[in-house]
Amino acid sequence: MKTHALAGALVALGVVTAGCSALGDDGGSSSGEERAGEVILVTHDSFELPDSLVERFREEHGMELIVRKSGDAGALSAKLGLTKESPTGDAAFGIDNTFASRVLDEGVFAPSDPTLPPGAEAYALAEGGDRLFPVDVGHVCVNVDDTWFAEEGVRPPRTLEDLAEPAYEDLLVVPAASTSSVGMAFLLTTVAAFGDDWRDYWQSLLDNGLKVVDGWSDAYYTDFTQGGGGGSRPIVLSYDSSPAFTVPKGEDEPTTSALLETCFRQVEYAGVLDGAANPEGAEAVLQFLLEQPVQEALPESMYVFPVDSSVELPEAWARHAVQPDEPWSVEPAEIAANREQWLREWTEITTR
Amino acid sequence: MTRGGTRRPRPSRRTWALAGLASGPLLVLAVFFVLPVSGMVARGLWVDGTFDPGGVLEVLARPRVGRVLAFTVGSALAGTALSLLLGLPAAYALSRLALPGRRLVRSALLVPFVLPTVVVGVAFRQLLGEAGPLGFLGLDGTPVAIVLGLAFFNASVVVRGVGAAWESLDPRPGEAAAALGASPAQVLRTVTWPALRPAVVSSASVVFLFCATAFGIVLTLGGVRHATVETEIYLLTTTLFDLRAAAALSLLQIVVVAGLLLLTGRLRATAAPVERRAARPRRPRRSDLPACATTGLLLLFVATPLAALVVGSLRVGDGWGLAHYRALGSRGDGSGGGSALLVPVTEALVNSLRTAVDATAMAVALGLVLAVLVTRRSHGRLERRLRSGVDALFMLPLGVSAVTLGFGFLITLDRPPLDLRDSALLVPVAQALVALPLVLRTLVPVLAAVDDRLRQAAASMGAGPLRAWLTVDLPAVWKPLLAAGGFAFAASLGEFGATSFLARDDRPTLPVVIFRLLGTPGQLNYGMALAGSVVLAATTTLVVLAVERLRVPSVGAF
Repeated sequence: MKTHALAGALVALGVVTAGCSALGDDGGSSSGEERAGEVILVTHDSFELPDSLVERFREEHGMELIVRKSGDAGALSAKLGLTKESPTGDAAFGIDNTFASRVLDEGVFAPSDPTLPPGAEAYALAEGGDRLFPVDVGHVCVNVDDTWFAEEGVRPPRTLEDLAEPAYEDLLVVPAASTSSVGMAFLLTTVAAFGDDWRDYWQSLLDNGLKVVDGWSDAYYTDFTQGGGGGSRPIVLSYDSSPAFTVPKGEDEPTTSALLETCFRQVEYAGVLDGAANPEGAEAVLQFLLEQPVQEALPESMYVFPVDSSVELPEAWARHAVQPDEPWSVEPAEIAANREQWLREWTEITTR
Repeated sequence: MTRGGTRRPRPSRRTWALAGLASGPLLVLAVFFVLPVSGMVARGLWVDGTFDPGGVLEVLARPRVGRVLAFTVGSALAGTALSLLLGLPAAYALSRLALPGRRLVRSALLVPFVLPTVVVGVAFRQLLGEAGPLGFLGLDGTPVAIVLGLAFFNASVVVRGVGAAWESLDPRPGEAAAALGASPAQVLRTVTWPALRPAVVSSASVVFLFCATAFGIVLTLGGVRHATVETEIYLLTTTLFDLRAAAALSLLQIVVVAGLLLLTGRLRATAAPVERRAARPRRPRRSDLPACATTGLLLLFVATPLAALVVGSLRVGDGWGLAHYRALGSRGDGSGGGSALLVPVTEALVNSLRTAVDATAMAVALGLVLAVLVTRRSHGRLERRLRSGVDALFMLPLGVSAVTLGFGFLITLDRPPLDLRDSALLVPVAQALVALPLVLRTLVPVLAAVDDRLRQAAASMGAGPLRAWLTVDLPAVWKPLLAAGGFAFAASLGEFGATSFLARDDRPTLPVVIFRLLGTPGQLNYGMALAGSVVLAATTTLVVLAVERLRVPSVGAF
């Protein structure tokens, strides 16, 4: 009797398992010889393209485009460096200018020769321009809550120097340079703007009540007054495109704006991986990313601007996402040489 | 106690049988844990093809490493202590007292365990942050906030682990002691505690490992100011590309964890076999008030951040509504009509559930084999040592950095015959490795306490080993097994660290999707992330509740 009941339970369990298992269906590995009809693009978590475009690639090239995302830009760079002898895909997208030198030095990418769209030349790398190609551009800028400043009757800040003024005490929140690529961009902004005095600038920010948090979503959604989480700080580090997302329903003007004198340029690159199993497919993906359909889709799917200057921007972007004319920048080679040192010093200053 | 009476079987055959039983789980551990971790550590030890252990020593001598280690151990100890303080009285109240709705409460207490840390971080910071209702406490970004967060996640481990043992503890010895004039404190000290100690030590060691390797919660609640070994390894690997230092810290982590496991292994040793029977919960008495009060406190502690989540998910613009829940079938909001997600949240939930079923099946099957293996009476010291070594070995995955393991998968499982890094198998296996210690720590104390004489009696009456196991061990282990299954399922549903590394893009789990939504601007996406978390929490409660209802009457009533 006991054994019967137990057997029944086991059978039931087996049925349940077989019915809802994830392992049963396809799941087939896509390695080795089976990969003829596939090309794999390795990228970071924020990569997104409409299904229709992925489908279009399949129709045009007779190959399935498989996207493998994991981690942020830093984790992606680390992954590419670690797996360079046996790459996890054929092409990679999402290496930005703060990580470019590093992966190029590791020998992760193979030379290639795609046709660049008009205007893209402006973003090309001085060194390694034959292996990594610009796909999109965005800017990390300080954002302010205009409604808050209007209600308080305070003039919003405009420059980096303003942020250290007593009028803006306890109002700024930024993600940490050590855990967030946005935060890292802000550290580089201050390096570009103040040279060796960046340490003093950060000290003055801290003295003025700067709040440093873990990541972008933490800063924007929890601490920023316009983030929806009931935050208390009206100045936050975000992107130049962020204001386009704060247009209230039924209104025309966004409630926030980006401070265009505080922006750092982030260019994202793509390339063909050295040792790719399907190099022709990788070339095709690279060209695909640079062509008009993908370039047009970039703002809506990845919140960045296309490098193709001939592409028409979505209406909300054209009106509310203003790009800075003269963003701050630091040479990739200089970043690669000093990143570790800067981060260590930054950590010392902010956690003192 | 007459233990040496029976004739021993020939050692060689016995040893072979044990080795055969152990080989399956050991193979899994070797391929999916030992190989990846050692591959990653080797990258740091061999610099440009030459073995350079001196570099590792140099890293360990840095003053920062000392500070980081001290903070890790300190915060993990504090988190463990607080979890025990809140969890033990609740384990008692929820397993021994006939409180209304105790099953529901017990399942609900598991909810924090499955929530993605990034969501809990948001919920905690909405309460503790400058503008939050508890902002006046000034806890945001302090070590106190980290310890509170750790206890929020882990108190349920104690409630579950200790509760399972407490529930099947025979109340009669305690009642007899009380009838003979022992005070409640004396009963606790001389009767209950010795019987429970293995379970308490087991749970405490699991909680300590979870606390010591906590990642997201330390960064979010600690305001990036407090580094632990785990956060340091992440930083060194992904941002500073200092593989040597990361390897040094990984080694340090492994040594500390292994030491801890050997130590707790000794403390866990059962003093004497314990009579087990499913005791009927009794009505609460006045002396149970402190335990009930602590349970209420724990419930409040767990419910407050969850309430913040629910409230946030219902806030639509300036009003209230279910728009975020209705949107879960969609793919979020890109600007100007695009979408934020590749698959709708509902589909991610199905992915999560299916993966969790696989992971639970693996964890429970492996865990049961291992638990039987390590609790059988040992013949001789060597065998006993081997068994406790195997036990400790399977706890290690909890104590080793998910970053090291995740990258290790990529660099070691990349060519035949182990070309697995793109396999759909990887995510459930990784989750099973995390859930396995929970299963082990729930089952081992119970099985260890089964009196071996019962098995001998069954054998002497002609029962084969399987029959003896079914009649002696299974009744004792049945309820804890269900509890462990539910627990493993919940752990797998909420697992984020390894999953985010390994999940394939076309099949993301719900925590991965929630993380993605939170990283995307737009009110709808934020609301959907909160609504998705609420759905994840509710699903977990329901599944755990259902799993615990499963029982085979004739066996359970034994």
